Amino acid sequence: MAPKAVLRIIATAVFIAAGIGIALSHPHVLTTVRSEVVFGKDGAISGIRYAWTFDEFFSEFAIQGLDTNKDGVYSREELAELAKINVETLQESDYFTFGKSGEGKLAFAQPTDYWLEYKDKLLTLHFTLPVKSGARKGGVSLDVFDPTYFVAFSFAEQDPVKLVNAPANCAFDVKRPAPLSGPQRPESFFNALPSDFGAQFANSVIITCK
Amino acid sequence: MFALAAAAIFLLAEPLLAQTAFGPPRTAQPTSGFFGWIFAQQAAFYGQLREAIKAARTDGSAAWALVSISFLYGIFHAAGPGHGKAVIASYMIADNATWKRGALLAAISAFVQACVAVLFVGIAVLVFGTTARNMNVAAGAIEIVAYSLIVLLGLYLLWKKSAAFVAALRGEPDPHDHHHHGHDHAHHHDHAHEHHGHSHGPEPAELKGKDWFRRGMVAAFAAGLRPCSGAIIVLVFAAAQGIFLIGVGATFAMGLGVAITVTAIALLAVFGKNVAVRLAGAMGGRSELMLRGIEVAGALIVIALGMLLLFGYLAYERLLPF
Repeated sequence: MAPKAVLRIIATAVFIAAGIGIALSHPHVLTTVRSEVVFGKDGAISGIRYAWTFDEFFSEFAIQGLDTNKDGVYSREELAELAKINVETLQESDYFTFGKSGEGKLAFAQPTDYWLEYKDKLLTLHFTLPVKSGARKGGVSLDVFDPTYFVAFSFAEQDPVKLVNAPANCAFDVKRPAPLSGPQRPESFFNALPSDFGAQFANSVIITCK
Repeated sequence: MFALAAAAIFLLAEPLLAQTAFGPPRTAQPTSGFFGWIFAQQAAFYGQLREAIKAARTDGSAAWALVSISFLYGIFHAAGPGHGKAVIASYMIADNATWKRGALLAAISAFVQACVAVLFVGIAVLVFGTTARNMNVAAGAIEIVAYSLIVLLGLYLLWKKSAAFVAALRGEPDPHDHHHHGHDHAHHHDHAHEHHGHSHGPEPAELKGKDWFRRGMVAAFAAGLRPCSGAIIVLVFAAAQGIFLIGVGATFAMGLGVAITVTAIALLAVFGKNVAVRLAGAMGGRSELMLRGIEVAGALIVIALGMLLLFGYLAYERLLPF
């Protein structure tokens, strides 16, 4: 027999069968992001005050069983433990925040002032993300995304970004990802991207200070 | 064997692509072409599914729209990680694949998955009022059971199929009639009805085999045991809106869609195996040996899949992002 030919056919069949599995899972959590970028007295970024609002479905899922006094209200106290777990676990994923200041990468310290708020059937995680190192005077760029694309982040429609204590000559620009099912984008768009998929759905703030 | 090895690695890599709860992804996700299209479809249907559930809360007639959207979502979503595709497909390669069996197992595993999701949410939310985090823990426990079952099934298949392979290698028609030097084949005596000496597909006796059915059930059960995260979130939401039963309907419609896709993939695996064996026969080769070799490879893939899942190198879907 011609083992090579036979094996090639098997390989092809398995390849096709497995290849269908390449189409990955879609995001299961949609998160709307509002950020206040806080500057220090030295004119460099000192932290980000985040408010992440989860979609109705994930909000409902996340608060399951947390109304411990059964009054129908999910108070800040009842949600405190979950908020703590959330911000602690977020460290493992770099807070889904990837920042650059000048040439250097920003490193973040553990979140402070964190709490969960349940309002109008939506759960919002508030936290302040202090910049630990890498901050320099001048421009900052921040990307918010989940490289695994389990969480889809999007900047809020209105006032997604505010600058706090920024030097007077600073301005910012917000970039949102192109819609997924939109028209074909040019190949060069993909080629220019890093290998991680989620990055192309990044929401970016670019702050330039002259 | 390079091609086969490469194919096996590729099959294993499938859920790996979806891996990493945190940290960098292993590889890029396709954004264009056929797979990109599937991805866009499942994302779009998931969005519609959510809207339809919300509509069903106030409008009873919206329930039918919900059921049809759930069905379409299931077809595309089954292409994502989980849903037992790889396990069912490699099991079909390892163990006397036929078209009917492939379709049956795929349907059963999808049905099991829908049932588990309904029971899971029903018990967790409606009975115990448990938290999302505890549901996450429970899902983790289910995973351990399911993946251990996959490993055990693979080991059992390997044990049976490698003996048949060795026999074929020696040109012997049936491993049961012989005692090989240096090997302990005592374990075969329990399964004297199982093996057969000719080359093309399963024997009639095997088709009716209760043994096969039992193993097939284990495969379908193990592959479907981990509930789909999308279904859990939809069910929890439906329960919170007081329309749990509508959520149950949606989940089973979704399961039907998943069954169609998994069946297609299982049939591709069966087809590939049958073509290979037939070609080996047509080329005057030892198709018996080919058949047995493929089955051993299939058993090894089942074991490897189970191990990688068990030790967290491959991921199904997650429930919580953080």
